[in-house]
Order: sequence, then C-alpha cells, then structure tokens
Amino acid sequence: MLEMTAISKRFGDALVNDDVDFNIKPGEIVALLGENGAGKSTLMNVLFGLYRADSGEIRLDGTRLSIRSPVDALGHGIGMVHQHSHVVRRHTVMENLLVGRPGGRWQLADASIRQRLLEIQDEFGLWLDPDVQVSGLSIGEIQRLEILRALIDEVRILILDEPTSVLTPQQVEGLFAAMRAMANRGVGIVMISHKLDEVRALSDRVVIMRRGKVVAELDNDKTLTNAQLSNLMCGRAVEPVRKSPAASPGKTLLALHSQRRGSVTLRANQIVCLAGISGNGQVEITEQMSGVAPVSDGHLEIDGQIVEEPTPKRIRSLGVAYIPEDRQGAGMVGAMTLEQNIVMSRSDSWPFSKWGWLRRKVIRDFASQKIAEYDIRPPRSDLRASLYSGGNQQKCLLARELSVSPRVVVIAYPTRGLDVQASDFVYRKLIELRDNGAAILVVSDDLDEVFTLADRVAVICAGRLTLDCPADETTPEDVGLAMMGSVAQSAASKEGTT
Amino acid sequence: MRIRLEPRLQTSQSAMLLAPIIAVAAAMVVSGILIASAGVNPIQAFGTMIKAAVGSRSAFLETLLKVTPLIFTGLCAALAFRIKFWNIGGEGQLLLGAMAAAYVGTQTLPAWSYLPLMIAAGFLLGGLGALLPAWLRLKLNVNDTVSTLMLNFVIFFGMMALLSGPWKDPISGWSDSPDIVMNAEFPIIVERSRLHIGFLLAVGSAVVLWLVSTRTTFGMAMKAIGENPRAAHHAGFSVSKIFLVTALLSGGLAGLAGVCEVGGVQFQVISTISPGYGYAGLVVATLARLHPGEIILSAMFLGAIMTGADEMSRQTGIPATLADVVQGVSLLAMLIALVFTRYRLRLRASNKKVEAL
Repeated sequence: MLEMTAISKRFGDALVNDDVDFNIKPGEIVALLGENGAGKSTLMNVLFGLYRADSGEIRLDGTRLSIRSPVDALGHGIGMVHQHSHVVRRHTVMENLLVGRPGGRWQLADASIRQRLLEIQDEFGLWLDPDVQVSGLSIGEIQRLEILRALIDEVRILILDEPTSVLTPQQVEGLFAAMRAMANRGVGIVMISHKLDEVRALSDRVVIMRRGKVVAELDNDKTLTNAQLSNLMCGRAVEPVRKSPAASPGKTLLALHSQRRGSVTLRANQIVCLAGISGNGQVEITEQMSGVAPVSDGHLEIDGQIVEEPTPKRIRSLGVAYIPEDRQGAGMVGAMTLEQNIVMSRSDSWPFSKWGWLRRKVIRDFASQKIAEYDIRPPRSDLRASLYSGGNQQKCLLARELSVSPRVVVIAYPTRGLDVQASDFVYRKLIELRDNGAAILVVSDDLDEVFTLADRVAVICAGRLTLDCPADETTPEDVGLAMMGSVAQSAASKEGTT
Repeated sequence: MRIRLEPRLQTSQSAMLLAPIIAVAAAMVVSGILIASAGVNPIQAFGTMIKAAVGSRSAFLETLLKVTPLIFTGLCAALAFRIKFWNIGGEGQLLLGAMAAAYVGTQTLPAWSYLPLMIAAGFLLGGLGALLPAWLRLKLNVNDTVSTLMLNFVIFFGMMALLSGPWKDPISGWSDSPDIVMNAEFPIIVERSRLHIGFLLAVGSAVVLWLVSTRTTFGMAMKAIGENPRAAHHAGFSVSKIFLVTALLSGGLAGLAGVCEVGGVQFQVISTISPGYGYAGLVVATLARLHPGEIILSAMFLGAIMTGADEMSRQTGIPATLADVVQGVSLLAMLIALVFTRYRLRLRASNKKVEAL
C-alpha cells in the first residue's frame, strides 16, 4: 500500500497542495477529481518525482521513500502516463521503449523487451508492433505505448492523467479493459479525470480535491450521482453568496456570432458569466471580442453594427475593455514600468500625451492614484512590472482597463491569483460598472464566482455553447454538469442559444 | 565542482556600468598579447595609438570625423535591436545612402538645396534597404539576420557594377563615381580640419533618438513591441506598423552615415567608402547597451581605435587589422559581460557530493 501523508506544496504565494493525505492499495482504481487548479496534478507530480513536496512524506508498504526524480519513482514501481504524450515521434515503438533503459554494457536490452512485450500481451491484452514508427500511430496507440512503457517496468502504481481526454469512445473502451486487467493483476491505478460518468463506471474509490485540499473520499458503491460529485468538486460557497441585485438588461451592446459555436450576446446592465473547463474555446471568444483574433466563421457586432476587420485598437475605441487570460504573455510588458503598463493602451491619447509626447507628470500622477485605488503593492510606479506578483499584475491590468469607464468589459478569470479581499474588490467593481450600464462578459471556471456575479450564465464545452440561461433559472450542479459535457436533462431543456 | 548560471532577480546596475569597462579592458589585454607576440612592447604600441587618435588637435578632429559614421551605424543597430529586428545590414544601408547622396550631389540644383536633399535621399534609400527585410520577416517570416546580412553583399556588388559601368568616372577612368559639385560639399564646422556638419547631425540624431525613445508615445510603443509584441498587440498598438517604421528609421540612420562620407569626406562613391562602418556599428550599439547617449561614447572609442591603429601600424609595423581584433574582442567580451548583468555565476558542489552530505 502506498501512502502520501501531509503533503504540502507551494508555488510562489500559492499553496497548491495543503496538507494532503492520499493512499492507494494494490489492485485498486482510485479516481482523483477536482476543478482545474485544485491540486490533483501537482499531487501526482509529487508522487512521480517531477516536483518535490515542501513537506510531507511518501511511504510504500511502510518504508519511507525519497523520490527526487521520475527515475526514482520508476525504481519504486511508480509510473505515470501524462495527458500530453512524451514520446519521440520519429523513433519506432521499440526505440521509445529503450529510451532511458539501461541495457548491457555495449548492447541495448532489445531481446528482453520483446520477450516482456509478449508477456504483457498475454497478461493484459495490450499489444503494439515494436518495429512501427511512432509517427504512424494513432493517439490511442501512443497512449498505449506509454502504458506499455510503464508496464515493462513492472509498475505497482500507475498514474493516468486525464487518460480519456484525447480518446474516441472506442479507444476509451479498450483503455478501460486494460485498466481493469491491470487492477486484477494487482496494479494500483490513480486516474485523474473530469469525466464523471467514467469515474463512476470505473473507479473503486473517489477522492475529491478542492483548492489544494482533499474535501471528500467516497467508496464507489454504485450509488454515487454526477450531481453529488460535481457538488463536492465545485463546492458550495464558503462565504455566503452575495446575490447581486437584479437589474433589467438594456439593449445589446456587443454580439459575437459564430456558425459552429453559437452566439454570445452582451447587453447593457448585465453580467454574463461564461463557464467552462479551460481549453474549451473560451480564449477564442475573448480574443475575437477584443479584436485580437479574427472572427473565422461569423461576425462581431457592436451597437448593432458589424465590425469589419476588427483590431484591438478599433474595438477599444468603441468602448470595449479587455483583460486577457494570460497576464504576463498578453497583458503586461514585464520589462516596462508599472506606470507605463497602466497607461499603455491609452498612451497615445489625451491626457497622457500631446502630439506624440508623453506627459510624464500626468502619467505618474494617474498611476499613483490607481496604485492607491487598486491597492497595488509595492506602491511604486517606477518599478518593472515583472517584479510584481501575479495578483498585483492583475490589479494593474484592471486599473488600466477599467479606469476608462468602458461600456463593454471582457474579462477572463478576473480573480485568478487574487486573495479574498482583492477578489471582493474586483466583484464590487464589476457590479458597479454593470449598474452604470456596462455589458460584461466574465470567463470563469469557478462556479462560486459565476453564481456571485452572473445575471446570465453560459457554458462552453468542446468549442460549443451548450447552455445559456438566466442565472436564477439554473443551479451550480447543472452548470457543473454542462461544463463536463453531460448536457443533462434539465440543462438541455433550458436551451437558449440566441 | 560545477559552475552554474543563475538568473538574477533584478538586472544589476553596477554590473551594467562595469560591463563595457570590463569588455574594453579584455579587448586591450588580448590585443596586447598579440602585439607582444609580434615583438613590440604593447604599452608603447598603445601609446602610439592613443597619441595618434587624440594626441593633438588635428588627430582628435580626424578621430571625430571617423566617429561620425560610427554614431549613425551604431544608432541604426540600436534602434533595430530595440524592437528585436536583427538588422545586420547597416553596411549595405550605408552604401545605399552614399549612392543616393552621390546621385543628388551630381545634379544641378539650387545651392541651398543640396544638403537637405542629399540627407533626405540617403535617409530614404537606406531606410528602404532595411524596410525590405523587415517586411519580408513580417509577411513571409524570412529570417532577418540572414536577409539583412546577405543584402549587404547584394548592395555592395550592385554598387560595384554601377561604379565600373554607368557611373565610371569619365575623367580618371577609375571605378569611382563622378565628384559631387562644390555646392554639395558639406560645410566644415572647425577651421583647418575636415570635420564637417555631419558630426553635429550624428550627435543631434543620437539626442533626438534618446528623446524619442524615452519621451514619446512612439518610443513607448517601440519598447512594448520589442519586449512583448503579444501584449503590445493586445494593448492596441499596431505592431506591424511600428515594426516597419522603426526598421525604416534604422536603415535611414545607416544611410546617413553614407551621406556623410560622400558629402563630407570622399565627395564621390568609391569602392572602399566604408571600411566596415556598418559592422562596427553593431559593436558600437552593443557596447552602448543600445542606449543612444552612450552610443556617442562607444563610437568615440571605436573611432579612436580605428584612427590610432593606422598610425601604430605605420610606426611599429603591426598590421592595422589589429583594430578589427580590438573590435571583435570587445564585442565578444561585452556580450559575455552583458550575460552577467542578468545572471550570476554559482559554484556548486556536484550532485553526488550533495547526496553525500
């Protein structure tokens, strides 16, 4: 039996694993569930030696293990198959299996591996031709290659990070059969997943993490429901939900139409929350709305007028503020000072410049005022932006974008990296803007946040808008289900993609 | 023991100041060794060099004359590098500027119009020489380091074809272009010297560039697209427009170096009009850490080396190519020194030792 006790791991300011206990027995399939950023992958990466825990210990059958690298992990019989494959595409299956494997002094362990492959085929029914080039394999076969790689090492614990996210239903069936076969032979399997149906079908035990902690551990006695699980994953609001006062929505200020995806409509006096597990097409929506990316199969309308060839500058001049998901990459210029970042998007207009000359005193005063208003720390306007923490960079971006009293706000993950107090500030700011007539789109994967802010909730899954209804006509459970692709009973009937 | 480079949290200011000094010192040490190996006392050789470069009024003014094109090509490289446009084509853009100035200078025009027209034409043609590779990079993702470097040769041999064909001097029969008219010759700014108005133009350009990059919205945009083009795009800057305009300005500045050589020194285009000023500009810009003000200083240093080396060679018999060695070594040393402004060296016990502890 493998036990992880009191594991804590910090990245900078963020505590991603907070005193986590986790264990797995031979022959058991454990599902590790949680929202993005709940700390599941981090925990498993600690087990596999990719990260080292700040504190806590790992024991295998009572012996304390020191796992400093994946090589150590494999040495103790712990294998991991990552979400994104780590194979050499130009090599054959055999060459990939040989990578990193000590052979004799002068020759590789070719023959013994062929022997072992045959054994594995007998035991688990998993087979790949060792002489085929990997570039010719399907994604499912590449995954099988990674599993084979682990099995050759006779793993006792196998970690699968979202193994089904890239597979077709048929491939999923094959994988599940292999997983059951492995479990029957005494291999303990940890499966990280978002897909509740699979989790219920396959696992013996479900461990649910939220915000770095294990919040529930349930034996899968076949009475679990998706609603129950998603409830535990997303969590009821810890603090009382501050239901925002209802405001009657005004006229449509911005609409983004797409054939394939469906339309998003932003109306005055309304906050639309776009919920979804990240990577399902949210970025495309925000980038198209802000003019950063072209609208491929549809068009963007602002104030009822179609915007031809939108550019960020043009969209901004129409009163749309935009805060991208990727702060360091797309939001800030780290090498420039905080004050320059705060005025960057408006540096070419009054009062920050005149005839192309920067009015440095005005900029500095404005920045100082915003630094105080948004409580940016350290409160200096002349330091490089890259020296600030993520939360303070986010505040800097908010200060830049929201200080113009925009008519439309497009904001991705508004409180990511912010503490409770700062989050509250952002919520109040967004609600205040809405009450003053702004149309707001908030992209989020945090259901607490969605139901704190939203007047209307939309859900995106696999690049399609699957749910769009007023916030008081749906529940976190339904939204959670829709985020995971099960457009269930109630959600489907409330269909409302305009 | 293992040696590792660790990134510094903040660029070290003292290291930033020390870097060029260390680089120059390293260059001196290496070239000193070379001089000694040729059987000449390095101290004496350097003495001759310094005397020849700044030892007298006329020597100093001659050095400033050489500094003029170096400031321009240094500014050319600095401006381009700031937006991460790897313009190694200062040499070719200089030649384009020279040809444009020589063309204008041989026309019949009102006397007052030669200076502004030569400057405008040289700036424009040089700028176009940089605009082409910049545009190719934007549109077709053509590697700008390679295209700008290769264009140097295209332009040089194009110029040679012109000089040995249509532009061949009809009087001398040499492969030189015809002399520009008297009125087109640049005014001298210091009596009894060859120092012409181009020097003021160069210093003025450096000052203007410094103002542009620190005080204007354009300078801010340049910095933003150089450091993070994606964020600049998101913030509403038209990244490709700023990129192309900056490339044009960069090439134009190199073009001005050519204009000054034609208008103030050679009065015609000759095949050796640039002894590598364009390439030296890369060193000038790097030593100055792309700072327009400091470019004047680093151009002075390299200009002094170039003038001094000639005289030293005459007196001691050491080839004047030693100037190239000094240039090359100081560039390398500066690049290495710049790494240490961002990283620090860490000596670390090897992994095995750590485990044993």
